[in-house]
Amino acid sequence: MMQMTGAELIVRLLERQGIRTIAGIPGGAILPLYDALSGSETIRHVLARHEQGAGFIAQGMARVSGRPEVCFASSGPGATNLVTAIADARLDSIPMVAITGQVPLAMIGTDAFQEVDIYGMTVPITKHNFLVRSAAELLEVIPQAFRIAMSGRPGPVLVDVPKDVQNQLVSFEALPEPAVPDPAPSPDLEAIAAAARMIDAAERPVLYLGGGVVHSGASGLAVSLAEQAGLPTTMTLMALGTMPVDHPLSIGMLGMHGARCTNFILEESDLLICVGARFDDRAIGKAAQFCPNAKIIHVDIDPSELHKIRTAHVAINGDVAAVLEALLPQVKPILRKRWLSHVDSLKARFPIAMPGRDDPRTHYGLVHAVAAALDDEAIIATDVGQHQMWVAQAYPFRRSRQWLTSGGLGTMGFGVPAAIGAALAEPERTVVCFTGDGSFKMNIQELATLAEEGLNVKIVLMNNNSLGLVYQQQSLFYGKRVFASRYRGEPDFLKIAEGFGIAAVDLDTAANPRAALAQALQSRGPCLIHASISREEFVYPMVPPGAANTEMIGD
Amino acid sequence: MIEQVAEPLQQQGFAKVVLELEVNNHPGVMSHICNLFARRAFNVEGILCMPMADASRSRIWLLVFEDQRLEQMVLQVEKLVDVLSVRRHGAEHEVFERLEKFFL
Repeated sequence: MMQMTGAELIVRLLERQGIRTIAGIPGGAILPLYDALSGSETIRHVLARHEQGAGFIAQGMARVSGRPEVCFASSGPGATNLVTAIADARLDSIPMVAITGQVPLAMIGTDAFQEVDIYGMTVPITKHNFLVRSAAELLEVIPQAFRIAMSGRPGPVLVDVPKDVQNQLVSFEALPEPAVPDPAPSPDLEAIAAAARMIDAAERPVLYLGGGVVHSGASGLAVSLAEQAGLPTTMTLMALGTMPVDHPLSIGMLGMHGARCTNFILEESDLLICVGARFDDRAIGKAAQFCPNAKIIHVDIDPSELHKIRTAHVAINGDVAAVLEALLPQVKPILRKRWLSHVDSLKARFPIAMPGRDDPRTHYGLVHAVAAALDDEAIIATDVGQHQMWVAQAYPFRRSRQWLTSGGLGTMGFGVPAAIGAALAEPERTVVCFTGDGSFKMNIQELATLAEEGLNVKIVLMNNNSLGLVYQQQSLFYGKRVFASRYRGEPDFLKIAEGFGIAAVDLDTAANPRAALAQALQSRGPCLIHASISREEFVYPMVPPGAANTEMIGD
Repeated sequence: MIEQVAEPLQQQGFAKVVLELEVNNHPGVMSHICNLFARRAFNVEGILCMPMADASRSRIWLLVFEDQRLEQMVLQVEKLVDVLSVRRHGAEHEVFERLEKFFL
């Protein structure tokens, strides 16, 4: 018979689940759990400076490792501060277990100090959530939380634990086994055979890869399918890296800021093979006009994604890797010379224009200079905005999990804490966080966490002293009525970094910006690399909101 | 150019259906289900919930319109961890008919 408190039980179960790093912030209602955590010999706690930072640190770890990671927050404001990071994990299908303290059971519903119904609040943004009512329930709830977070389409799970439950003694015979994911649904073999026949019969097929390929670890299989069946391959924002960008079959990212050629090739396709993607509006533009002449094969682990936006001719519910494995031997090797040479001519005629790509003081040039100074082992995180799209367009991604970005929710403030998480998960890698001045200020307090942990994170700040994408949209679509998108104050980010104890390099004043950049990237430890970017640089080409993907503006 | 605003969803003129859900019986299950319908502005015309003989489970009856979003709604309901099964019946199912006399 074993006996321990609820808090000790949580820590034991996390240890057994293989959790080695937890990000969080303590507070009154979660102090018993922190007390128990202080006795753990295997779990290291990383003290964030804002709970949203803790949530994104956990996400950064999970995006790199592919397994559920954990964050802690106290009740009330601690818990509500986690909400954005949880919603972000939900939209990008990131496995995460958030554990929050709650006021004691008897005080729930009394408007007690720092009481908030985080269970109710997180119903629509979690895969599932729990309000634990006894310490004994933890024996089931904690493994269940991990099982749910990692089974099928991954996602966030919240476990709300009242303070008295953390303190309650519980006796039990044995600890439960660590959670493992549920087996994936066995794919429909007839549908797979039908898909193979459609691929063989198609004349202008396109392979469309989404984040599901990353989650399923199927990038190698996806590339094999493309090569075997001669499929030009586009990737969503979430899937960048699943096929190396310089692979001859890669046609790059599709959608709002994809290349013109990519959207033109899709327009001409007669078969779209959608693998682990979800026809997001930023990717496909006006749904009815996306690939108007194409039949659709849709593979997804989540049955509710099939037929959600576009009705598929063949829909296959299953794990992407398992489906591709079954599909590959049935697909005929085809060279598809005519279609591929047409694709190549479209690629040559309508590439993304990258003015200034050789000048590290321009936005594209800076992205290229960073890439030139690093190899594929580096991890690239971004915040959200113009810089994010420029990096997505210009950085040569060549492997899965090389690229961490907030896609579905588009959360400014994601970058720095996610990069910290990535560096915690894989400390031997260089982690670069491209950010903009708007995003950077949204979780700038995590510079303190970064300095304390001394992680190898390089923040490349593209500073145009404005909310660049808002300024761009107002300039293009709101009659140049620029409002609330230009900052009047201009903080000195170099001094801010210095104040946090982080080295800083200013490319604006460097005699040789390329050399200064390379040196900053190659020396170990955190560093801020600052570069001013003109506010008049816009992200092009662009599909105007609500338009079809072929109606792009700009070069 | 501004993103289009969706047309108001039409519900009148659609047939009604009865959904029969078997769910885990604990506080919070109803909120997961109602939340799902509410945030999609999918009107639930009638709702009935009782524990089953085995008290660890409940049965929920929902009366809804069969509009074009129903398929997606059912798929979303099936994804809820506490929902064990979903069955679909026609509007002629007697469960709500027999209740009607309490609402006269």
